[in-house]
Amino acid sequence: MAAADELAFHEFEEASNLLAETPDAATASGSDQLTPQGHVAVVVDSGGSYGAEEEAEESDRTALLQEEKQQPGFWTFGYYQSFFDVDTSQVLDRIRGSLLPRPGHNFVRHHLRNRPDLYGPFWICATLAFVLAVTGNLTLVLAQRRDPSIHYSPQFHKVTVAGVTIYCYVWLVPLALWGFLRWRKGVRERMGPYTFLETVCVYGYSLFVFIPTVVLWLIPVPWLQWLFGALALALSAATLVFTLWPVVREDTRLVAAVLLSTVVLLHALLAVGCKFYFFRPLPLEHLAPPLQASSLPPKLLLPPTPRAKAT
Amino acid sequence: MRSHIREFDSSTLNESVQNTIMRDLKAVGKKFMHVLYPRKSNTLLRDWDLWGPLILCVTLALMLQRSSIDSEKDGGPQFAEVFVIVWFGAVTITLNSKLLGGNISFFQSLCVLGYCILPLTVAMLVCRLVLLAEPGPINFMVRLFVVIVMFAWSIVASTAFLADSQPPNRKALAIYPVFLFYFVISWMILTFTPQ
Repeated sequence: MAAADELAFHEFEEASNLLAETPDAATASGSDQLTPQGHVAVVVDSGGSYGAEEEAEESDRTALLQEEKQQPGFWTFGYYQSFFDVDTSQVLDRIRGSLLPRPGHNFVRHHLRNRPDLYGPFWICATLAFVLAVTGNLTLVLAQRRDPSIHYSPQFHKVTVAGVTIYCYVWLVPLALWGFLRWRKGVRERMGPYTFLETVCVYGYSLFVFIPTVVLWLIPVPWLQWLFGALALALSAATLVFTLWPVVREDTRLVAAVLLSTVVLLHALLAVGCKFYFFRPLPLEHLAPPLQASSLPPKLLLPPTPRAKAT
Repeated sequence: MRSHIREFDSSTLNESVQNTIMRDLKAVGKKFMHVLYPRKSNTLLRDWDLWGPLILCVTLALMLQRSSIDSEKDGGPQFAEVFVIVWFGAVTITLNSKLLGGNISFFQSLCVLGYCILPLTVAMLVCRLVLLAEPGPINFMVRLFVVIVMFAWSIVASTAFLADSQPPNRKALAIYPVFLFYFVISWMILTFTPQ
């Protein structure tokens, strides 16, 4: 039965993680010890809202049976409702998990627990798009107050650009990644690939750390902005890498290295692209001329002011 | 009471146009009052209508138009952009709350979200009047204060009407998009600069 397999598989993952953390435990007797512990750990964690452990076990089983019974078609409303089946505490827990990545702490297994949601990715992307546009606009306002020759305008089209970029990133890149992992499925014996929704979920939640970073980019000190950017990129990419590592480590080293570095590179490209497009550094003589000049509106191409930029 | 019964008995096709318009206008006005003095009541939900939101949205979009033709890329939001943001934002929030398991109907939710734009429309009016005076930091402070107060009013009003229809452990998940929606509208109002 698929549900029982899934439950058993889950236990094995927990046990293997516990084993990895305590290498001194003997595998023979330790696995007997660890399996019930692992089982209890699963029940307590996921049954946090249920209450007593016996009730939690039973309700876990009945919940799994119910999930198996009803699989509404994708044209019904109930199908999509299953992707929004999260509570406030769960969403906050997943956000916390993405902010504090730990090696061996797989985001999908520990936080999603095979119940990916679309609420988190969708609203995190929406928030990030609006925050990018708003803070980019605010930087322009603050820059104009220092240097009145800069022309201020609301630049509302940037909201559209931000939205489209971020949503495409969170849908297309996981699609490519999921497709690639499924294609390489034959090489792996132990661990199946993540479902498409789980990949989208990881990407969506990993973008959360950029929201406070973008707000902090208001501070007009360049090296501080790059520091915050690097920090956010490190946290975000770490979440992705620690999640993908168990899946790719059985593959050949070359494929694993290329895949992980591509993921990190795309993420870095998104961060740097957002920084340059929404937060044009001022004064303008520091910009790379050919790339930026084509996209700059003509009013902003002013000659550099003689006085130094006030920080 | 008698006229009420008579309304339900005879069809409203035979009444004069003035009666129809006045009845609808009175309903819209009553709901405006409910938004301005939000208490937990069912009026907005029970007799929902979309006239009020349409009037408010069109007024807001018209006032956010810039008076001169600025270059396309640098301009403020155009009429269509405001319209799309308000209506698609409201639809998205409604879908979100229904997907989370709320028991409010689609149009009731649209109605509430649309009517609660009223404080922000008032803020837009005030901002346009304030902008007729000379620009300066005081001007900006006044506008900021007005927009913040009206933003808070909108959130309180919509929460009073919408919060009860959500399951208790997901209220924050359903209210957060409303917050984002009114924040974006407030941002559009605050950054409005007539040329």
